[in-house]
Amino acid sequence: MTAFIRQRPILSAVFAPFVLIVLLSSFPTIPETKQAVVVRFGKPERILRYEAARPIGSTGAGLSYRIPFVDQIVWIDKRVLAVDMEPQPVLSTDQRRLMVDAFARYRIVDPLLMYIRSTTEENLRTQLQTILRSEVRNELGRQPFAALLSPERQGVMDDVRKSLNVQASKFGVEIVDVRIKKTDLPDGTPLQSAFESMRTARLQEARSIRAQGLKQAQIIRAQADADAAKTYAASFGKDPQFYDFYRAMQSYQATFIGDGTSKPAPTNIILSPQNDYLKEFTGRTK
Amino acid sequence: MSTIAGWAGRVRGLFTDTKGPWGPSGSSDEPPSDDHGGGPWGGPASRGTGGRSVAPLDDLLRRGRMRFRGGGGLPGRPNGSLILWAVIGFFAIWLIFTSIHSISPGERGVVTRFGRYSYTLGPGVGLTLPSPVDRVKKVDVESIRTVDLGSQSSEDLMLTGDQNLIDIAYSVRWNVRTPELYSFQLADPDEAIRQVAESAMRAVIAQVSLQDAMGDKRSEIEAQVADRMQRVLTGYRSGIEIQGVAIQQADPPDEVNDAFKEVTAAQQDAKSYVNQANAYALQLTAKAQGEAAAFDKVYEQYRLAPEVTRRRMYYETMEQVLSKVDKTIVEAPGVTPYLPLPEVKKQQQQQQQQEAQQ
Repeated sequence: MTAFIRQRPILSAVFAPFVLIVLLSSFPTIPETKQAVVVRFGKPERILRYEAARPIGSTGAGLSYRIPFVDQIVWIDKRVLAVDMEPQPVLSTDQRRLMVDAFARYRIVDPLLMYIRSTTEENLRTQLQTILRSEVRNELGRQPFAALLSPERQGVMDDVRKSLNVQASKFGVEIVDVRIKKTDLPDGTPLQSAFESMRTARLQEARSIRAQGLKQAQIIRAQADADAAKTYAASFGKDPQFYDFYRAMQSYQATFIGDGTSKPAPTNIILSPQNDYLKEFTGRTK
Repeated sequence: MSTIAGWAGRVRGLFTDTKGPWGPSGSSDEPPSDDHGGGPWGGPASRGTGGRSVAPLDDLLRRGRMRFRGGGGLPGRPNGSLILWAVIGFFAIWLIFTSIHSISPGERGVVTRFGRYSYTLGPGVGLTLPSPVDRVKKVDVESIRTVDLGSQSSEDLMLTGDQNLIDIAYSVRWNVRTPELYSFQLADPDEAIRQVAESAMRAVIAQVSLQDAMGDKRSEIEAQVADRMQRVLTGYRSGIEIQGVAIQQADPPDEVNDAFKEVTAAQQDAKSYVNQANAYALQLTAKAQGEAAAFDKVYEQYRLAPEVTRRRMYYETMEQVLSKVDKTIVEAPGVTPYLPLPEVKKQQQQQQQQEAQQ
């Protein structure tokens, strides 16, 4: 070897990097985030795949090997991936429309199958998107509008996940989760009518609040009147005759003199000498 | 063509065993390249001493050649030993930098050996194998990160359980609990958090009424969303811990805001009705109590001497009343007096006019 280099330095210099590259490429390092399919002349030779049972650090990642120029490595993501759906109109059983935006999380559990069926992850994503869209529409279309608002409660999303999983397993994919991200009313009439119903509901509420306030106020006033009457009765009832006299005296004062705030209308009083007040006026005795 | 010829001459010159690059014969070999119109390694650089070169390739080739010639003359030459030391130094520095890692208190170092997860370094100084073998990725586990969702500026409407719409903005605080899971489990953890948050918030809002979402049950909703998110993210084995969810804004949509203000106005109106009634009640009660108390006091005294008190009160009142009014005393019956009522009225009018003038 050394002799060869000494004899043919130029050749060695030219070939050394190639040898190095070939050597390095024979021992690829597989990162923790990837799985790999080693393909020999188009035929899958080895699969370094994700295994659910094994913890991180004990899966297929690490140093591997391959025969240069013969084996090709196809890298496939091992992590949980996401596929996001465009908002989809869904028609409920009671003929109301709702825009549904969902996403699914999946993991490629069979990289070989995935490689055969979809070749690239991008293709896979597109295919899953289509499946997701149709599954969401199918499953949610069987529900009444009220159930669409919270599909989790009725287990609808579990159904979506199950049927999506059946479809996705053909691509070597396991669906981890399907969730509804958003449910919106479509723009235009449905949205406007929702606003309108909100508005009328609020106005109705406002009226009812005012009416309740008035009612409460009236009750409070009536109660106060009743309480006052009770207080008066308890006090004045002790001697009705004296009350009559006492109140008459107050009333005369108020009527003829005024209560101090306003002047009463001028009065002329014509008295008869027989009047009780004037009985001493005549000097006679009873 | 001329360039290739220049190259060939150059390479030959460098690699011919009979001539050293430091020897004088080196310079005799150079001129052809100059004559041929100047190759990329044009004369000026290699002319003269021939010892120093500006072109890196030149340097590399020369170094290689020196090694191939064996150690014979090499150690003696200052240049050779310098290069050797530089190489050793470079490796030493590389070793130090790639195998000693200082991890600050809020961080963890995720170590991968040839790509495979190996172990996690705690805070402090950690030792690993040098770079191509072990690699360390530092993950911040302590600092709380915040994701803002919904929007403060534009509307993000959500349907509530009673089929109303609510404009909601909220933020999620989270940190990394398990750095290795965070690094390797999810393709895009940040995006996953956003999506899961949106989904969880929507699910919770869809189960409460608009009124609850806007006010009373806000903290309950926040707790529920955080709980739901944590369950989903734990299900993903994401290594993420949700610290909390905060609803920044939960308002009715702009389109119906007026109607909501109307409700607030109605509430205030109702309150003022009640307040007025309460004021009336207070006043009335006080008045009744006052009058009753006054009557009671007088009555107490009256009972001690009923007749006298009665007469006294009568006279006092009549005195007050009659002293302020016009009086006419008529002997009746039998006399029919002329009542000058129009005169009285005139007098009154005059009085009023005088008062008005004053």
